[in-house]
Amino acid sequence: MLDICEYYEAESLNDAKRKLASSPSANIIAGGTDLIIRIRDGAMANASLIGIGRIEELKEISLCKNGDIHIGSMVTFRELEQNCTIKERVPYLGEAGGTMGGPQIRNVATIGGNLCNGAVSADAVAMLCCLNAVLVLESVNSTRSMLIQDFYLGPGQVDLMADEILTGITIREQDYLGYQGRYIKASQRKAMDIATLGCAVSVNCQEGTIRDLRIACTVAAPTPVRCSSAEKLAVGLKATSDNIMKIRDAALGDVTPRDSWRGSKAYRKQLVMINIQRALESLVLTDGGE
Amino acid sequence: MKTLGKSLKRPDAITKVTGKAKYVADYQVKNMLVGKILRSNIAHGHITKIDVSKAKALPGVVAIISADDVPDIKFQPTGLPIASYPEPGMHADKNILTNYVRFYGDEIAAVAAVDVLTARKALELIEVEYEELPVYLNPQDAMTEGTVEIHPDSKNVLGRNEFTIGETDLAEAFERCDLVREDEFMVNPVQHCQMENHIAYAYMDEKERVVIVTSTQIPHIVRRVTAHALGLTANQVRIIKPYIGGGFGSKTDVCIEAIVASLTLAAGGKPVLIDMEREECMIGTRLRHAIQFKIKTGVNREGRILAKEMISVSNTGAYASHGHDIASKGGGNFFRTYPAELVTHFEGTTAYTNLPPAGAMRAYGIPQVNFAVESHMDDVASALGMDPVVFRKINMIQEGFVDPLKRNMVIENIGLDQCLDKAKDYIGWDKKRKQYSKCQTGDRRRGVGIACFSYGTAVWPYDLEVAGARMKLDPDGTLQLTMGATEIGQGSDTVFCQMASEITGIAYEHVLIEHINDTDHSPFDTGAYASRQCYVSGQAVKKAGLEIRNQILERAEHLSGIKVKDLDIVAGQIVEVNSKRLVISLMDIALKSYCSMELFGVIKSEVQVDVRSTAYAFGASAAEVEVDIKTGRVEILNICNVHDSGTILNPMLAKGQVHGGMSMSLGLGLSEVMLFNDKGKPLNNNLLDYKLPTIMDTPDFGVEFVETYEPTGPFGNKALGEPPAISPAAAVRNAILQATGVRVNQTPMNPQSLFERFTLEGLI
Repeated sequence: MLDICEYYEAESLNDAKRKLASSPSANIIAGGTDLIIRIRDGAMANASLIGIGRIEELKEISLCKNGDIHIGSMVTFRELEQNCTIKERVPYLGEAGGTMGGPQIRNVATIGGNLCNGAVSADAVAMLCCLNAVLVLESVNSTRSMLIQDFYLGPGQVDLMADEILTGITIREQDYLGYQGRYIKASQRKAMDIATLGCAVSVNCQEGTIRDLRIACTVAAPTPVRCSSAEKLAVGLKATSDNIMKIRDAALGDVTPRDSWRGSKAYRKQLVMINIQRALESLVLTDGGE
Repeated sequence: MKTLGKSLKRPDAITKVTGKAKYVADYQVKNMLVGKILRSNIAHGHITKIDVSKAKALPGVVAIISADDVPDIKFQPTGLPIASYPEPGMHADKNILTNYVRFYGDEIAAVAAVDVLTARKALELIEVEYEELPVYLNPQDAMTEGTVEIHPDSKNVLGRNEFTIGETDLAEAFERCDLVREDEFMVNPVQHCQMENHIAYAYMDEKERVVIVTSTQIPHIVRRVTAHALGLTANQVRIIKPYIGGGFGSKTDVCIEAIVASLTLAAGGKPVLIDMEREECMIGTRLRHAIQFKIKTGVNREGRILAKEMISVSNTGAYASHGHDIASKGGGNFFRTYPAELVTHFEGTTAYTNLPPAGAMRAYGIPQVNFAVESHMDDVASALGMDPVVFRKINMIQEGFVDPLKRNMVIENIGLDQCLDKAKDYIGWDKKRKQYSKCQTGDRRRGVGIACFSYGTAVWPYDLEVAGARMKLDPDGTLQLTMGATEIGQGSDTVFCQMASEITGIAYEHVLIEHINDTDHSPFDTGAYASRQCYVSGQAVKKAGLEIRNQILERAEHLSGIKVKDLDIVAGQIVEVNSKRLVISLMDIALKSYCSMELFGVIKSEVQVDVRSTAYAFGASAAEVEVDIKTGRVEILNICNVHDSGTILNPMLAKGQVHGGMSMSLGLGLSEVMLFNDKGKPLNNNLLDYKLPTIMDTPDFGVEFVETYEPTGPFGNKALGEPPAISPAAAVRNAILQATGVRVNQTPMNPQSLFERFTLEGLI
């Protein structure tokens, strides 16, 4: 028995926007895998919820004519893992999503919900940061877009107005074409766990030279963070073991993990280094490495 | 054996997988109220004021009780039979509800309301003021002179014991050794995490008796303890145990029964349900004891242990629960697997602290001792430059061993040596030990490790070991079996049916067992703990079965004139032994026993056994691991347990026991730990932050048996329920030692702690 006073099932996106605009205390519920837990914990007394699970247009993954990929906010992690466009173009995004929770959770949890609750450990988010994903936020009166990096304001805090709904995520072609990616999740368990540290790397490497590198870490700062000084350093470097070590060391300056009982600052820094190194080695080293 | 020794299908299998089996939560009782417990949000202090008026005024609240509303009776909530019955027990230190908070989560009030939301809201409306006291989380702090006593006149010491075995003076014995090594170990607290949380509902019946339907391992003991706590007589309380979703020892304590009964009494006998949430269950029931060990072993040049000493300090938390028994049982275990030639000394202390109470958990303190002792054995072996397997073989218990701690019983039928050989072969010890002893420098390094164990079956001679069984032959020739023993998921009902079939000759499918225990109807049995039921309750089945069989054959003799000794029961028919000729069908006899003018007399038996023996189970674990030096992650590449549990009565169920036990041990060794902040507030009492391994973290388990025959067991069997949870953790620790050269002497060996150790040792 949950402390929910009202539930409204929206029939369309417009319907949802209207209802949200007229109910200032209402919350959008997507997959519910975070929200229901918060309600159960008593964190949202008398919850008023608007369900958007029947809005088909939010559940689509489409490849636009210009090569951009659009992912509806109600796409589940399972769909993200299995979708052909994702598999062909950005398989590493589906793989990153596939480390989240367990199969039952991935069947209902949505990419939009994962973004909007602002968890510092969100698994797909690190890779979306590498992809410079653009979020689309809509309300009755406005539509705005922003880079994913700008969306995160602090732990559990995102730039989402009370009347706004995240409707989708766009990945531009320029951000994935020619790139390879890898997400390494450090967690104590191999399933049904949150990341002690999440590390996503995407790289454009041509003929042994790094043209562009993107590194994003979760649980390494109050919000998902790009390792920009390491990224800058990498441009133009040969993909050698030595250079990888330089890059990973530089990344330490970009992160500010904290001590908690879930993991020490020192351990998280170690994970930043080792997982950037391992991700890069697996992506760009052709002479074996480890 | 005809029926035993086969992997027969569980009689409750279909019932369970089709969802028809009713657990406590499945009983839909009309107008059932919901009970919720108010738990303290400090770890130590007096309640100076408790105001329930606002909560009482909330519509839908039916009853609220706090310490002043329940009898001022202290009780000991534990499961073991107490020799001093009906006295309250050695450590009666618990009230149903308390004014003096001893851990974060202590029970201070309870509410019965029309639904769960109202009950929760009522809890929030209860106003509590505390006078806080210093919080002690470890035994050293709690036992320091001048600290506040958590229980009066205790000095925060719950119990101590020591023993010395051997005539030689300890110091002198160590002097005579060629090598002496001392090590310290720490095993941190874990929680049972059985699938079904603690749950019970209670109501008053038409005779004004308190009926409690509860998920328990020990219905008869729950009745005794609850009645005592409520100030009632045993007969005024009735306990019903339906299907159970596991317990692992956490349900050998009275955790919620007395509270739910108090609520129904306060609510005029209306039915009240307490269904604990996982977060609550993880701190509000029991933990496995955190135990610290100091071990010292002296050996001669040949590797023979001459003298050994262990000092252990166990943390029972806020209440005694099982008292000092868990620490003291560890002492005996220290001495038995590898007896010292000259002298063994043990000192154990159990301290009160402000952690949640620790109680029984699968293998009762031995996983902790085993982690310490088996780790230490490898450390001594390496100091000697000796192979750990060889060192163990030189020192292991031999047949004919006389056990002074068990009334000088002689231990025979020891399959330990064969278990060790099998485990060694399974893992490819000789080859891999050599291979991995070469210098390893990469990020990922491998090693193999081994550990042995011994484990006593049941609780004799320290406590009573009794069981009851009832059998009745139905008119169609099938057998009804009613046990006092409790099926809690482990499969004992299956094996009891196999035993009944084996003894009587009645087909296994024709044995119908009652899965529900009811203290009004079930024979007396103390319940599911101490790996005792197949060994102790099995004797009751055997005895009842022999009586039934004899009665059937006597009727057959009466009808046929053929002497009982010349008759046998085979597949539901009475046959003449020599000629195999059919004499009469069992159904004929059964029917006649109900309706014949000449032969009337229902064929039935009801027996009670008082078992005065114990038997030692043995075994070994071997593990091969790969350690990621840079991240502290340990991957189990291969692992096996080999068990000497005497006769294996149902191989499939036996394997299931071993799988589950190994998983628990790996959890304890690698990932699980209950964490608290410095104020005693639990940090990770949920299944996300408490790292119970998932199936993805679980390697394939190798399981093998060395089948000895244990003459004191009803069918040659001895303990198997708990032993699988004992030795895998130490085998993994020793494999990590070979892989990295680092001695990890603390659990859990999780990535964070290994990272810290590897950093310290200069590996990172």
